[in-house]
Order: sequence, then C-alpha cells, then structure tokens
Amino acid sequence: MSMLRFLSGVVRTPRGGASAVVLVLVVICALFAPLLAPYNYAIQSLPGANTPPGAAHWMGTDEFGRDLMSRIIHGARTSLSVALTAISISVVAGMTLGAMAGYFGGLFDRVVTAVVDLTWSFPEILIALLLIAIIGTGTESIIIAISIAYLAQFTRLTRAQVMALRTETYIEATVNLGAGHAHVIFRHLLPNAITPVIVAGMLATGDAIILEATLGFFGLGAQPPTPSWGSMMSSGTAQIFIAPWIILFPGAAIALTVISINLFGDALIDALDIRNRLREV
Amino acid sequence: MLLFTVKRLLLLIPVFLAISVVIFMLVQLVPGDPIDNILRVGASAAEREALVARYGLDQPLWAQYVNWFGKMMQGDLGDAIILRRPVADLIALNLPHSLALGSLALVFSTVVGITTGALAAIFRDTWFDRGVMTVILLGSTVPSFWLALLMIMLFAVTLGWFPVSGARSASALVLPVLTIGLGGVALVARVTRVAMMDIARRDFVMMLHAKGVSRWRIELGSVLRHALMPVVTILSLRIGWILGGAVAVEFVFARPGLGSLLITSLNQRDYPVVQGCLLMLAIAVMLGTLLGDIVQAAMDPRIREGMK
Amino acid sequence: MALLTVSNLCVSIGSLSPLDGVSFEARKGEILGLVGESGSGKSLTAMAIMGLLRRIGGRASTGSILFDGQELTTLAEPAYRQLRGKRIALISQNPMTSLDPLVRIGAQIDQVSRLHLGLSKPAAKARSIDLMQQLRIPDATTLHGAYPHQLSGGMKQRIVIAMALAADPDLIIADEPTTALDVTIQAQIIQIMVDMVRDRGLALILITHDMGVVAQACDRVVVLYAGRVAETDTTEAIFAASHHPYTASLIGCIPAHDQAEGTLLGIPGTVPSVLGYPAGCRFHPRCARVMDVCRTQIPAIVALPTGSVACHLHGGTA
Repeated sequence: MSMLRFLSGVVRTPRGGASAVVLVLVVICALFAPLLAPYNYAIQSLPGANTPPGAAHWMGTDEFGRDLMSRIIHGARTSLSVALTAISISVVAGMTLGAMAGYFGGLFDRVVTAVVDLTWSFPEILIALLLIAIIGTGTESIIIAISIAYLAQFTRLTRAQVMALRTETYIEATVNLGAGHAHVIFRHLLPNAITPVIVAGMLATGDAIILEATLGFFGLGAQPPTPSWGSMMSSGTAQIFIAPWIILFPGAAIALTVISINLFGDALIDALDIRNRLREV
Repeated sequence: MLLFTVKRLLLLIPVFLAISVVIFMLVQLVPGDPIDNILRVGASAAEREALVARYGLDQPLWAQYVNWFGKMMQGDLGDAIILRRPVADLIALNLPHSLALGSLALVFSTVVGITTGALAAIFRDTWFDRGVMTVILLGSTVPSFWLALLMIMLFAVTLGWFPVSGARSASALVLPVLTIGLGGVALVARVTRVAMMDIARRDFVMMLHAKGVSRWRIELGSVLRHALMPVVTILSLRIGWILGGAVAVEFVFARPGLGSLLITSLNQRDYPVVQGCLLMLAIAVMLGTLLGDIVQAAMDPRIREGMK
Repeated sequence: MALLTVSNLCVSIGSLSPLDGVSFEARKGEILGLVGESGSGKSLTAMAIMGLLRRIGGRASTGSILFDGQELTTLAEPAYRQLRGKRIALISQNPMTSLDPLVRIGAQIDQVSRLHLGLSKPAAKARSIDLMQQLRIPDATTLHGAYPHQLSGGMKQRIVIAMALAADPDLIIADEPTTALDVTIQAQIIQIMVDMVRDRGLALILITHDMGVVAQACDRVVVLYAGRVAETDTTEAIFAASHHPYTASLIGCIPAHDQAEGTLLGIPGTVPSVLGYPAGCRFHPRCARVMDVCRTQIPAIVALPTGSVACHLHGGTA
C-alpha cells in the first residue's frame, strides 16, 4: 500500500504527472494496438501513397499508402517490447553479476570489473553493432545486442551498492551467524541494492528505445512489414521532400516517450532521494 | 608529465590486445564458413583449398590470430569481400571525413557545452538556468538521426541554407556537426553545471570569498577550473559516444566516413571491413581516454604525482 | 575603543533565526574568545561579520555590526569586497579543505596582497615568503611553489594564517583554527596566533568550543548558547568565578582532546536544534539549577563588574 501511496505522490508532481499520463497512453497503445489502430498496419494502397495528414488519415500515409497512425500505434508495441525485454534481461543479469562480484570480491571481481570497464568505455551503439555483426539482424538479435550493451551499467551499479552494503554491521553479523552466501545475497544485499538499479533500468529503457530505433533505422532490427518507429523513418528518408510527416511523427513518438521516461525517472529519483547512489556509476 | 604519459600508454597495451582478440574472434563467431562468403558460386574444391591456405585458415586459431595481428600492425587489414579492395585503403579513404566531423563536433560540444553549463550554474535557479536546462533535457532525449532529419528538413529543404547531404563542401559539415554536437552540448552543459554548483559549496571557495575576490573571478577562475575535471572525464569517456553518434549521422547525411562504411558493410556482411572499422573506432576510444587522462594530469598536480 | 561592535545581531536563514540578539565587542591588540558547542551560532556570527551570509542563504535581519565606525549590515557588496581579506580576514576551520588544491600555495597567499595592496607579482611573492618565515615555516622559498597536498595539516594552517595576514588586516576571525589538527600542532598554532596579535596589535576573534584554548589565549570571552549570549567577561574573571551555569559546566569539563566536537562531558543532553528552541532560558532543559521562572521568562542581561550575564540566578526578568 505504501508503494501505491508513494507512486501517487510522484504522480502529483507536475513532472511526474505529465510524464505518467504519456507513459500510460504509450503502454495502452502497445497493449491494445490492434483495437486502437484505425487501419490494418500492413495494408498497402499505392494510389493513396504519401497522403498528407487529414481527416481520413490523421497522420497521413507512407510511401506504400499505409496508415501512419496505425503503424505508429503498432510500432509502440515493437519498441516497448524490445526495449523492455532487453533491459529486463540486462538488469537481471547485471544484478547477478554485480552482486556476486561485489560480494565475493577477489579474482572473480577483478575479472568482472575489468570486462565491465572495458565495455563501459565503448558506446552502447558500437557494442550493439559489434554483436549484431556476430549474431545477425532481426528482432531477437537486437534484443540480445541491447541487453548486452547495457549489461556493464547495471553490473557496475549493483556492484557499487553491494560493496557499500557489505561492510555494514548487520550484513557482517548475518555472515558471522553462518548464513549461506545465497541467503545473504538474495535476502539482504539485493533487496537493499535494488531500488537504484530499478530506477537506472527505467532510465535505460528510454535509451534502449532510442537504440532500438537507431538500429531499426539502419535496417538491422525488426524486418518488414512489422512496424517499428526506427524502420518507418528509414524508409521515409527517401520521401523527405514530398512526405516529411513520415519522418516527423515516428520521431515525435520516440522523443515524447523517451522524454516522459526521463522526466518520470527524474521525479522518482527525487522522491526516493537516491541521486547520490546513482552517481556512483 | 612525460613519465605519466608513457605509463598510461603502457597501460593501454593489454586493453588493445583484448580488443584485438574480440575483433579477431568476430569473424570466427559468425555462423557459417567465412570461405563460403568469399568463394564465388560454383568454385571447385581446389580453388577452395587454395583460398583456405591463402587466408591461413588451415592453421590453429592462435596462429591465425598472431598472423592477423602481425599483419594488422603493418597496416594490412585484409581485403574487402564485396568491394574487393584492401580494407586499409577503404579506411584511409573514409577516416579523414570522420576525423573532421568528430573533432569539429567535439570542439563544438565542448565550447558551447561548457559556456552554457557555466552560465546556468552562475545564474542558478533563474529563468535562464531553468530555460536552458529544459531545452538541454529535450535535446538530449531526441534520437540523433531524427534530429539530423529534422535539420535537413528545416535548413536544407525549407530554407536551403546548407547542402542536404554529401561531403563536397565545407558547408556540408555544418548540419552533421550541429546534430552530433547538440547531444554533446547537452551532456557537457549538464556535467559542467552540476560540478560547478558542487564545487561552489567547497571550503576553499568560501575562503576565496573571504579573501575579497570578486564573484565572477571566483566562478570563472576557480570554480569552473575545478568543474572542468569531471567534464574532461566525461568527454574522454564519451568520445566513443560522439563517434557512435557520428555513425548514425554520417549514414543519414550520406557522408563518407567510418560510420557509413561500418553500417554498409554490416548490411552486406563484409566482415573484414567491419573488423577494420571497429578496430579504428576502438583505437579512437582508447586514444580519447588517454587524451583525457593527460589533460587531467596537466590540470591537477595530485594526478601527476599519482596521488589520486 | 572597540574596533568591532556587534549589537543585538539577529540572523535568519529562511524562516529560522539561528542567531537571536547577539552583542559583543572586539578591541585592537586583544583576543576575544567566542565559545559554545556546535550549533550555538559561533560560525554564523563569523559569516555575518565577513558579510558572507548570503553565500549560505542567510541574512542579518536586525541589529548592527559596526566596524571602525562603518555599518556593515547595510554595506553594498563591492564595498564589502574591499574590506574582506584587506581589513577583516578569516582563518577557517579546516586547513585541509581551505586551500585550492590546483593552485600553488604561494600564489594563493600572493593573491591577497596583489588584490588589496596592488603589489606586483615579484613584490607579492617576496612579501609572502617574508610572512611565511615570520610564521616559522621552514624553507619558505621552496614551499612557495608547492601544492597544498604536499604539506601537512599544521603547515597548511600556517599558510592559511599567512593568507589572512597578507594584506595587514585590522581584524582576524579564526573559526576553530585548530580543531582539525593534532594535539601537539594545536598548541603551536594557538601560540602563533597569540604572537601575531601581540606583535601586530590587531584584533582577533577566536571561535572555539574548547575552554582550554580560551584559557591559553584569550583576553575576554563571549559564551554563546543556542544563538544567544549566555555570559561575557574577561578570561580572568570567568575562570575565577563564572556566573552562568552553562559557563560553569563548560569550564568544569575542559574537553579531552580526543573528544568529538559538540559533546561535552558533564552537561547532559545537547544544544537544542534551531528548529525548536525551548521557551524561556534556552539552557533550562539541561540546567542543574533550573527554576520555574527559567521555563517561561527570557533572562535579562545583567551587568557584572567586568562583563554581563543572562541568567535568572543573577537578577530580574526582561
């Protein structure tokens, strides 16, 4: 219940409230895309190609005459599911690695830290491109690529939290009382380390949406005719002179979603008062 | 200072080796036989044997790596499969464009970012601060390729001020530099502002006030100087990010460059070229971190003496 | 003739009033001790005199600070800047963090005389080295080019003192100048400051929580408690016979040197928070000789032969 009251407190701030409304709308679009979309996203109509926004097509049509709004609504599903799946994998894997490295220390910690530091200095997009070069293109590939690209961030953050907690008296007491490693990690360390990681994960979801769109824009993501915000713009670049709305609307959808995620995350950070803990990254 | 630089340079050697192994393994990890990618359709078994021998694929993996590494150190990065030219030539052709774009974007984001961040910090909690930081928040959350497309629509198509694409004239650099730079500006301005506000609370700054030094002199002479340390850290770490942004922006503006080359060869599965591009980008990232370390050491005596 | 007269000074930060009607005088050639536990408003008084309250979001709401005939509470910032460092200097609490780590210490001392005395670079350097030698800093010429991290804490505090002396000020405020230092170094630094006052005839306000330091160095004492003056007198008189129970307990427990600041053996409880000062005499919840009147009435300031006290044990109510 306190969780609910806490969230309602966040939503009551101007930042938190406005961004929450947008995020709820985007999630509804993603969940109920087939019901909400006015047209089938895949139906082509070459005579109706590049129709400007109007009464029939609120956001116009693309170069194949497909309704842009329907494609954007379905695109929310692709973007959100790819970003959320990737980041979830990344958070879980990063927390496990980070907690183990921070808890056990020693050689394992050194190896993990070295690898994490190495990947950390490379931009996520380059890591993702490298991975896609190995495992090929397509939705599954970019999920794996994104999740590995962000792994370093969560490992690092969890490790820092665990290192800070490990020396606390109650943890030492628990260890001295003969509790098993798993018990200490899962019952004591992770629950206390989890909040900053979850918030960082939320903020990373915004970045992941942009990364997914960028990869889609390069033609490396979801394959046609599945609509994704990035790939829609990719095909729209050829029409930039005659049908700029093909680029305008999907980009605006990304920008609005990501800004909302960042604002909401920012409101959460303030409400939870964890800005300092996040800065340890 | 020289000793410091040499030490840092030596530290980079194992990193470089690790990266080279990863990039070498790239081709090994690709599903399918790389020879099949190179071989023309309908080639005979003998031709295949010849190719295997030519590329040294009949040798053990470590020998192949040593061979590859040795050649790489001499500037031989192999041949592109699709373009059928030495990868080194392709890189030599594209690298200058990326360097020009990257360094201009870096300068732009540093100068504009530090200026905006410093002003926002000095005028903290005024309409100026809030306005600038809001614009920066919005700017930093927009995908760079979309920003690039919007810029093309506005400045190139509607206003006709700059070329839409290509790299034939210097003015063609303006939009790409702006696009990449804006993300950097946002980052640098944010870090500068937070760092300055943090430093302004330190005891020695209060002491400067107590000495009767004027506020502007304190903010610009001392506080900003200290705030530049984290800015340099972030910038050196993010040189890779700027290059990453360049990848997308080169592609959108159809500019020659490592980014375009990388994306094209990725789509064509031209692995030797992918390897070469990634290697160059990795080296750039490493040199960026090194440069950052050196700049910081020049700024902070404690780092020079290895005390921090 | 008083160089600095603080009368009825009140400081507010937001809606809080951490300093409530403080009055005292500082004279040339004299060391005035400003004593109290942490939270009593000592440092805030220093900030108010330095005109630096705005830096921490506070302001002098009422009262007056008269320095050499000039009213400081209404002084404009540019004029104030001419005073700071030149006529009123600060020696801060923590020498470790008071020097800019990126600037050579010599340059940090030079800055003051160049700024306020208009000295050239070589002249300022010569003056700084001379000052450093007066403060018994060994090898001053070499150390002039050193960075702060290359110096020990005691040496850094000497540099901070040199910085304070660089423009020949009339008044120096030293805010707990020895708290962050080793015991052996503490005595040295105090002695340096005593000599400085005797040799130069300047006024020193020495802020401390340590009655031992007061006994060693001060001519007169102002005892602050929770933003008000409890008692003020000559050091001699106050150690001979203190009038306020708080002063008595401060003297009764000259703290051991390893004790944390703000905790005093022998006085139960801690200084009340500015968020909720008790009514009446603010010391009453901790006072061993509390009476009914203490709980409701603010004690009036009663004159003593050489000082004054604000305690119901000694007279009428306000």
